[in-house]
Amino acid sequence: MAIQLASLKSIPYFSGLSDTTLAPIVKYVFEKRAERGEILFFEEEPADVLYFVTEGVVKVFKTSADGKEQIFGIIRPGDSFNDVPVISGGKNLTSAGAMSAVTLNGIKKKDLEAIINENPQIALNIISVLSRRVKELMTLVEDFSFRRVSSRVAKILLEYMGKESNERPRLTQQEIAAMIGTAREMVGRSLKSLEEDGAIRIERNRIIIADQRILREMAGVS
Amino acid sequence: MPENPIIDETKCDGCGLCVSVCTCGGLEIKNNVVTSIAGVKCGWCTMCELVCPSGAISCPFEIVIEDSEA
Repeated sequence: MAIQLASLKSIPYFSGLSDTTLAPIVKYVFEKRAERGEILFFEEEPADVLYFVTEGVVKVFKTSADGKEQIFGIIRPGDSFNDVPVISGGKNLTSAGAMSAVTLNGIKKKDLEAIINENPQIALNIISVLSRRVKELMTLVEDFSFRRVSSRVAKILLEYMGKESNERPRLTQQEIAAMIGTAREMVGRSLKSLEEDGAIRIERNRIIIADQRILREMAGVS
Repeated sequence: MPENPIIDETKCDGCGLCVSVCTCGGLEIKNNVVTSIAGVKCGWCTMCELVCPSGAISCPFEIVIEDSEA
């Protein structure tokens, strides 16, 4: 399927470029489709292709040795992924998987280099995209390094747990994230961790405080 | 407690990302706005809330103490 100029223009890498500039770039761009749950690439494989999402949602993640998954980003239409290893050279830093049926535009590493060499404006756009990415990752690093997110999630649960059966409070993961100043992904991970520790159980749309003592210990409150 | 995700129609831009990630087929776009499909039980995976770029979907959790469940 032919790649449309309009589709490229919606990607931050190519914003502000004229049709004349973009027209020769189209030939380097190819389309890839994947079904929900399909792995697009694995970390540590050679980084050969930069992808842009045109339809659907992609998760970029790492998996620990014991199988725990940490999502680094949710990539929506217009956003790119696998930029850093493709530009810097080397292997994929993360894995990527389709969260829905997805349509991607891809550019091979060698072609991207040719495009950048011919179009300095694209290099500036890429710097802007990568700067935003560094900012997002710095926030994540901060969460990992200086904040005990699990402990703060535990504290929120203790503060909000229902004291009376007819007045049970409700919170979304997004609201918890906003309350403790972290990313929503970190809240999901913390809830899983609290569940593994036996402090809570998650049953569909209920977080059940299974062991208040453990939860208090996690929260650092007596 | 709601049985389906809460949708703020004023925020929804009808992009359909939530529909594309929904594992139980419980969402659809009608008149450019997402709606829950009646009769489909939501599994509360919260993926729709996670991917929504405009914050139009909420999947709240009720927080209860074990011995107050009854």
